[in-house]
Amino acid sequence: MDDSLTIKSVCKFRGDTQVLQDVDLSIAPGERLALLGHNGAGKSTLIKSILGLTPVHGGKISICGAVPGSAAARAATAFLPESVSFHPAITGREQLTLFARLSGAAADVVGLLDRVGLSDALDRRIGTYSKGMRQRLGLAQVLLGKPKLALLDEPTSGLDPISRQDLYAIIDELAAQGTAVLIASHALTEVEARTDRIAILRKGVKVADNTLASLSQQADLPTRMRITAKSDQIEQLAARVGGKRINGAALEITCSADQKMEQLRRIAALGDAVVDISMTPPRLEDLYRHFSKEDGQ
Amino acid sequence: MMTPRALAIAQTELLILRRNRWLFMATLIMVLFALALTFAGSAPTGSLGVDMLTISVASMTTLSVYLAPLLGLMMSFDAISGDVDRGSLSLLLSYPPSRGEILLGKFLSHLAALSFAMIIGFGTAGALAAWSGGAGSDSLLALARLIATSILLGAVFLALGYMVSAIAGSSTAAAGMSAALWLIFVVLFDLGLLGAVVMDQSGYFTQTIFPWVMVANPADAFRVWNVAASDAVALTSGMTGAASALPGWAAPVSLLLWPILGLALARIAFGRVEP
Repeated sequence: MDDSLTIKSVCKFRGDTQVLQDVDLSIAPGERLALLGHNGAGKSTLIKSILGLTPVHGGKISICGAVPGSAAARAATAFLPESVSFHPAITGREQLTLFARLSGAAADVVGLLDRVGLSDALDRRIGTYSKGMRQRLGLAQVLLGKPKLALLDEPTSGLDPISRQDLYAIIDELAAQGTAVLIASHALTEVEARTDRIAILRKGVKVADNTLASLSQQADLPTRMRITAKSDQIEQLAARVGGKRINGAALEITCSADQKMEQLRRIAALGDAVVDISMTPPRLEDLYRHFSKEDGQ
Repeated sequence: MMTPRALAIAQTELLILRRNRWLFMATLIMVLFALALTFAGSAPTGSLGVDMLTISVASMTTLSVYLAPLLGLMMSFDAISGDVDRGSLSLLLSYPPSRGEILLGKFLSHLAALSFAMIIGFGTAGALAAWSGGAGSDSLLALARLIATSILLGAVFLALGYMVSAIAGSSTAAAGMSAALWLIFVVLFDLGLLGAVVMDQSGYFTQTIFPWVMVANPADAFRVWNVAASDAVALTSGMTGAASALPGWAAPVSLLLWPILGLALARIAFGRVEP
């Protein structure tokens, strides 16, 4: 029970619809968890429940042993809302100073703004900031006062590719200092390499929760092979290998992980007819589609 | 209740009011209207035998009934809905301050700005009236009372503005609801009462109930308080009848209770907001 966040069979209704159904989730200190799901799958609702902003109708949420919304829980939690904005009339420095005073933490405001790359815009009004800069300011306030738990809702929305790299570097730092990080995201490819564990919500039900490798194994999705042939030999090749024609010179076959080598050997034996082979192992996107589509079994 | 966190919010809100020129605009509006009314309404001085400051206070009382609620609502209508629109309310609520502290912080800053505008506006007009037409201790007291009660009246509508802001969900809706609120309290309520009095033809309602219903409205309580407390002001504003039917404490109690009631309603409405 040393987890920073423990969620036990949480249920929530909005009117007659159940938006969260027996959701269990836990994050250990220093762990980075990606929370994936379609729009309306319940990600934001779950985050708001953890923050104590919306009541749950069953189950239990505990943040380092504290009840959501309690003073102890608020002090331990940092939050980055989805596409957040701030009052346009005040400067980045003033906004972050306010947050520091509200959190009661002694903070190096200038240092934090420098850390997120806003040192040039310290004393400019937030009204002049780009969407990415506002997101960075939002990220700066997450770093205030070493939180035990950080909840990031779509943190990369509005960020350019370089900024995304910076963001994940900051997330890594947070995790390294022992903060449990929950990242709700659509950006599957980024999350793939940058998190320790992946949980998938579908219509309020948690359908997957494991490391990427274990999820791949569990789903047992096929590897795709694309074989490019000499243009005059594509017909014979298609007849011998099978698979699906892609265009005039290529065809695609799928095979499971354990048949992969066997298939490769077979294709290699075809000699000159094969010009090129490319292999695509199942990626998070395929896993995500697999877990979020299959009907409750 | 006066916590450092509420103070931090109040300071930032005051900074915002200064930055977006709200403080300047509110003060300018108060000064211009107070001056205009003071000097446009200075004609009857001789015939009534009162000093010019008294006339000025009577005119400004009529002005303040409309302007104080308007300024209050304009400052407060987006206090909560603005944060909802920007998506920053959920963030603010994830910080340690309670909803009560957030509300208190905003209220303090808005009240300070409103007080500043009232004191400068009425003060300037009053000083000029006194300088050009004379003033006595009675009329100076009336001026001080006008400023203090105007701030109270503004505070009522600040609080009601927060309530509307919490209920509306968006700043656009909050603006519309604020306009409706202003119209009801300042215009329609009186019209309705007037209609009832006419229908009643000096019956039981007019004699007994009407003054109490009237004074239950903070805008009318403000008027009655200023009029009843000064014979000279009553004389110049020609509004003695209704005020004299009430005990002296009725209007002050109403105007003092309303800000508390308004803040309580705002706190309840804010408590129901799910960002």
